[in-house]
Amino acid sequence: MASIGLINYATFMGTMIGIYGILALGLNVQWGVTGLFNAGIAGFFAVGAYLSALLTAPPSPERIMGWELPVLVGWLGAMAGAALIAWPIGRVCLRFRSDYLAIATIGVAEVIRLVLRTEETLSGGARGITGVPRPFGGLEYSLSQFAYFALVIAVLLMVYWALERQLTAPWGRMMKAIRDNEQAAAAMGKDVERRRLESFVLGAAIMGLAGALYVHFMRAITPEAIDPMIATFLVWIMLILGGSGNNRGAILGAVIIWLIWSMSEFITDQLPADVATQAKYVRVFLIGLMLQLILRFRPEGLLPEESVQRTSHLAPPRS
Amino acid sequence: MLELEGIVMAFGGFHAVDGVTLSVEEGQVLGLIGPNGAGKTTLFNVIAGAYAPTAGTIRFLGEDITRLRTDERFHKGLVRTFQIPHEFHRLSVLENLMVVPPRQPGENLFANWFDWRRVRRVEEEVRQKAIEVLAFLELTHVANERAGHLSGGQKKLLELGRTMMTDAKLVLLDEPAAGVNRTLLRKLEEKIQILNREWGYTFILIEHDMEMIAKLCHPVVCMAEGKVLTQGEFLDVRNDPRVLEAYLGETVTEEPA
Repeated sequence: MASIGLINYATFMGTMIGIYGILALGLNVQWGVTGLFNAGIAGFFAVGAYLSALLTAPPSPERIMGWELPVLVGWLGAMAGAALIAWPIGRVCLRFRSDYLAIATIGVAEVIRLVLRTEETLSGGARGITGVPRPFGGLEYSLSQFAYFALVIAVLLMVYWALERQLTAPWGRMMKAIRDNEQAAAAMGKDVERRRLESFVLGAAIMGLAGALYVHFMRAITPEAIDPMIATFLVWIMLILGGSGNNRGAILGAVIIWLIWSMSEFITDQLPADVATQAKYVRVFLIGLMLQLILRFRPEGLLPEESVQRTSHLAPPRS
Repeated sequence: MLELEGIVMAFGGFHAVDGVTLSVEEGQVLGLIGPNGAGKTTLFNVIAGAYAPTAGTIRFLGEDITRLRTDERFHKGLVRTFQIPHEFHRLSVLENLMVVPPRQPGENLFANWFDWRRVRRVEEEVRQKAIEVLAFLELTHVANERAGHLSGGQKKLLELGRTMMTDAKLVLLDEPAAGVNRTLLRKLEEKIQILNREWGYTFILIEHDMEMIAKLCHPVVCMAEGKVLTQGEFLDVRNDPRVLEAYLGETVTEEPA
């Protein structure tokens, strides 16, 4: 029945939006709040996805691990693993200007991708890892899809709530101060290098969690899934469109960009096969055009950053 | 309180600060004057820890701080302001002040979850203090504005306000009067005097406004070409022929534009 297909499609999209929403929240910690230019989101996503898969999937003679641990352990392992990868990168790169961090993170993400593609004993190589368990995976197809969708949204809301609390606390205020003016933050006693590292590692852990959610949704992972075009570039546009520095903006951006991205695939798939491959690039073009328009007309994004501390009873309303 | 000994700051072959030895006593408002390019701001950057000096030692409250980072010097009570305002432009004016107090428990990544009562209590104290400082600076009406939207003069006041959010001992003020209108300027002078006399702050003040220097500063140090030219009472320094020469014939009683 067509309506079932439509519902399944909507659940699939909703789940992907949830996963990308978490990625965008992770980037918001790093870029939106602390001003760290992480251009290697795909790398942390990949580490999370593969690590969770290796921890929870059944063993295979061709590769290591496959410990069949509970999914929750896989998720926590994914966060810890991504954080552990981020730590040395941050130690080395965060003392430099932000463009160095961008170059270094692109490089590291590529290294991770190439290692995962070629090291068969680690990652199953190009065939990837299959048989990754999914929570509620035993249910009937539509029901299972929906249950996992609900789980992803629950995780998204939890991450949102936790970050909202963290970023409105003095911790978040200090990070924004470091972002706005590094020199002044140091002159006001903030240990800029150490604090940036905290934020970078926290953001990476969230990206690792998104990777884990993805791999248990797909039940398998191959190196193609960590294409920097989708896993890095798209997330950046989501945050910039939604409003960097604003958690709700990050989620809104994920919703809008993912809808455009997958709807446009819907259209290009209807085209004749020989045009369809070329039309794929139109999707990238559309997203790029969108970025140009946002930066030109609404550089702060749809939901700009808000200040947290106000003296509402003291100051007259804004004129 | 602060002793500089043989401070040299070289950028390549250029010695921006070239062997400065200087000492500041507790309770002083020391005025640092000199023509543009004399090395005053570079000296501030060295004292505050933004640059590591090529040679020389800095002692603060009897302790050698030459190798400490900027943020470590802040925790010792050495606080600076900037010539070009360095406000946290996307934070509100109130938040700009609330950022400053050292060792806030809420700055710990986990305290916000496991020690939130204390975080909340300290946060309330910090907010009250910030509100008082805003009232002192007569900036209450812009408390919720983004700091980036303030006028140049208001940003200068905010810079001063940040030094009031911590237990500062020595405050380095880099041209607090630049770009500030006359009325605000008188207010600023008054605030600095109150902070000096009632709060016990020691100041080093870089300034081109000679009226302000004459009113606030004792002693006055004149720098030129990276060196200390002369120091003493304002009138003596002003009338020193070497100082006049350093300003290239400009009469120092007139304000350089």
